[in-house]
Amino acid sequence: MAKRPFNPDRDVAEWHGGSQPYDLLREGFVALIAVAILITSLALLFGSPDEKSVTIRSWARADATDFVTTALGELSGATTSAGYGAPYNHASDGPALGPLHIQRMAGVTIAVDSIQDFVIAPLDSLAAGRSASLTAALLRWHAATSPQRLLWANATVVGALGVSSAPAGDPVPELLSSLSAMATSGALDQSLIAGRGFFSMDYTKPLLFIADGNWFTTLADRQNLLGTQWGMMNETGSYPGQAWLWLYTFWYQIAPFNSSGNADVLVFATMIFLSGLLIFLPFLPGLRSLPRWSKVYRLIWREHYRRTGEASRPRI
Amino acid sequence: MTTQHDISRQWTTRARHGLLSALPADKLLPDGQPTYVASWIYVFGVATVSALVMVIATGCVLAIYGPTWWHVSSIGHFVNSLHLWSVEVFFFAMIVHLWGKFFMAAWRGGRALTWMTGGVTFLTSIGAGLTGYVSQTNFDAQWIATQAKDGINSTGIGSVFNLLDLGQMLMWHIVLLPLAAVALTGLHVLMVRVKGVVPPFATETEHHHG
Repeated sequence: MAKRPFNPDRDVAEWHGGSQPYDLLREGFVALIAVAILITSLALLFGSPDEKSVTIRSWARADATDFVTTALGELSGATTSAGYGAPYNHASDGPALGPLHIQRMAGVTIAVDSIQDFVIAPLDSLAAGRSASLTAALLRWHAATSPQRLLWANATVVGALGVSSAPAGDPVPELLSSLSAMATSGALDQSLIAGRGFFSMDYTKPLLFIADGNWFTTLADRQNLLGTQWGMMNETGSYPGQAWLWLYTFWYQIAPFNSSGNADVLVFATMIFLSGLLIFLPFLPGLRSLPRWSKVYRLIWREHYRRTGEASRPRI
Repeated sequence: MTTQHDISRQWTTRARHGLLSALPADKLLPDGQPTYVASWIYVFGVATVSALVMVIATGCVLAIYGPTWWHVSSIGHFVNSLHLWSVEVFFFAMIVHLWGKFFMAAWRGGRALTWMTGGVTFLTSIGAGLTGYVSQTNFDAQWIATQAKDGINSTGIGSVFNLLDLGQMLMWHIVLLPLAAVALTGLHVLMVRVKGVVPPFATETEHHHG
């Protein structure tokens, strides 16, 4: 078989130069000690952030209007989670990559019914302490058709003086009032977390519900954590966060991504493509020549080139 | 009767011969390096491995007491700070190492797989970092999980990888991804030992006479 011609971006000339003593284990040990000292110093100097987690209880107490408005949004299907699509429900196709709706194709695997899971089921679970008016409201809700429920939800208004509705017999104000009481007592947190039984480490439902409200976003805004604030890579306080996600976050800041409804899948596809370029760089003509063209290697190996002399300048 | 021929065909015998041939002791633990290995940039490979050791060690201490210990203990908070800064130093060293190896075109001379395992280790580490951030059981975890889920869901991966499920994320963070990262790092380092450190770009003299 014919020998491949020498390609400076793929091949190396066999090294016939000298070697120098090098104590690999000692170097490793010294590096570990130095890095441990650096890390300990950083930990002592800067610590780490620990902003307390929020709860539905803290949300309902801090901003009752936002909580009730969000709960009403769940009943009318107006919230983010209600219209999300896969993997939670079938409400939308989700973002598209050209003709592909990958999110929808992956299916609904973590079923979340915003009306039932966030509002009705927790109220149904109230046994002790359930008022006659709530029992009646739940009976009316369960007996109604979906269009009737939507009419009730759309007729309900959350105002400064509370929740009201014009149609007689609309159970929604009573449902929201009872849910609000349940939330401020902390019972709604427990109901949403413990939906699957005594043990649970799955916070999908309470997190989706909290994230539907404006209060959660307001808190994040104060910490400069919004997507428009490079929030994907930040954390609370003045900490570096996931700085290594800068390129991923960068795409969300510029056109066409920042104005596209398909930004999530477009950014991910871009990053998967770029990651592929990184992994397969050794086989990509042109791109793999960039190091040789850049000449930065002359700085890295300046000792070597100085030693081997001007007569043997790199082939560039 | 067992013959010498039978023994030489054993999986164990063949594996030993293969391993010793690819990685003899003086390559695995060399006492010298080529003279061109003389630059500050070489520090960042071993610094990355050192920071990984610190990440694992501090993570193990956090694991002993459980995921919420650090909220209620000043010692726990300090261990969490050590864990956080180990991760920051790990990524910083790894990214400088990556750029250094890029400018050296360190894939040359049959080292493409070494480059590729390094790249996959980097991507695996990003996953380990993200699952760590969403396992903190604080506001950061809540916010990052609810934000990052949209990107993950858009790829379809969210149908099996639920950022809002603390139990699942914690398992990925403390079992699956560390196993992958450590295994890949070990493989990467062994490949460096097998192939040696990439030589500088050939010079006119070396190329014409080499």
